[in-house]
Amino acid sequence: MEGLHLFLDNFANLASLTRVYPLLLQGLWLTVLLAVVAVPLATAVGLLIAIAYSFHRRALNVALLVYIDFFRSFPVLVLLVLVFFGLPFVGLTLDGFSAAILALVLNNSGYYGEIFRAGIEAVPMGQRDAARALGLRPLPTVFLVVLPQALRAVIAPLASNSLELVKTTAVASMVALPELLRSARVALEQTYNPTPLMAAGVIYFVLLWPFARLVARLERRMLTRQ
Amino acid sequence: MDRIADNYFNLAILTRYYPAILDGFWVTCAVAALVVVAGIGGGLAIAVARAFEKRALNAVIVGWIDFFRTMPQLVVIVIVYFALPYGGITLSPFAATVLALGAVLSAFAAEIFTSAIQSIPRGQWDSARALGLGFLPTLFLVILPQAIRLAIPLLTNRTIAIIKGTALGSAVSLPEILGSAQSAMAIAANPSPLSLAAALYLILFLPLVVASRFIERRFGPGWR
Repeated sequence: MEGLHLFLDNFANLASLTRVYPLLLQGLWLTVLLAVVAVPLATAVGLLIAIAYSFHRRALNVALLVYIDFFRSFPVLVLLVLVFFGLPFVGLTLDGFSAAILALVLNNSGYYGEIFRAGIEAVPMGQRDAARALGLRPLPTVFLVVLPQALRAVIAPLASNSLELVKTTAVASMVALPELLRSARVALEQTYNPTPLMAAGVIYFVLLWPFARLVARLERRMLTRQ
Repeated sequence: MDRIADNYFNLAILTRYYPAILDGFWVTCAVAALVVVAGIGGGLAIAVARAFEKRALNAVIVGWIDFFRTMPQLVVIVIVYFALPYGGITLSPFAATVLALGAVLSAFAAEIFTSAIQSIPRGQWDSARALGLGFLPTLFLVILPQAIRLAIPLLTNRTIAIIKGTALGSAVSLPEILGSAQSAMAIAANPSPLSLAAALYLILFLPLVVASRFIERRFGPGWR
């Protein structure tokens, strides 16, 4: 009983929670904003990369693969630190939010690009030839024939990558951007009590768990279909 | 041009700080290796335990998998390092990072192995049993060898993504590549150490990322 009381006092302290919840709410808002800006932006850049790749110009494709692999090789946090702390030395200073968006989009456009690229390459060449034979021009061929088939094949990795991107927004806390994790850590220092951190954990879980289940189901279906 | 060279590739600063950053490189490698062993080993063990289909055990396993698949890695690391001490468990930055990332990888690996095991046609179980193999020999000799092969592409990508998370250890002052480069940058007031750190990450992860594309092609859909 004594132990339970101590546990609750530390990890689920209501007094501490009522004091810091406005801070957490503000953090949640910023986390959602990061996700809402970064996911569509990174998806769009990735899709552009994959479409450009699908025309199979050798020099261009080498450049695109270098971009994809280069930015996939860096941990997002490393890109963020480079952008936020490194660029000001040449006079380019970004605020925390822009720096986080830039780092997330650079890294994830590589991931999305690779996903779309693999999906497009998996569409049989005959589809493209047939579309051309029917008189479709290159761009309508890509958008009306190749992409719809490619997208269906890559829904699982797309969903999975988007979930990972949303989770990764937490690294923005490392450049003092007061998103959910950062707010919780500030609150922890104010109250000397880990309850805010646990509350942030609960918020992340409640927010992301339905998506995690969805991703698991899509991935499972993809494996079974093989 | 001079300004860029002076700021990002300053030789005087690089020679002074590269030993510290190189030490960080080995810390990153050690954390990554331990996470891979613990995560994939743990994930395989969890998937095998799940194949027994004991209800209570499976509920715990599903809870573990869902929790660690859902939480951001950095949040797990921060909770392990900053919140657990209030419960009387104090871990070093190294142990906290390995434990947190290992738990995350084990959850992803368990889910991938389980899906792979379940995607093996029922007939494989039935024919192995008909040949007189028991449950365990069937699982280990017939099902797992096929399932592991199916799991390889997904598992490779996920493992690379998670060991890149070693950089998050810098949040709990683990002196890995990024952490040691940031302290060097702070002391030197010059970002050249960061350039070196970036180069080290490329050396470490670029071959893995390129290899993962070939593994996907080799073991991907249609491969037999």
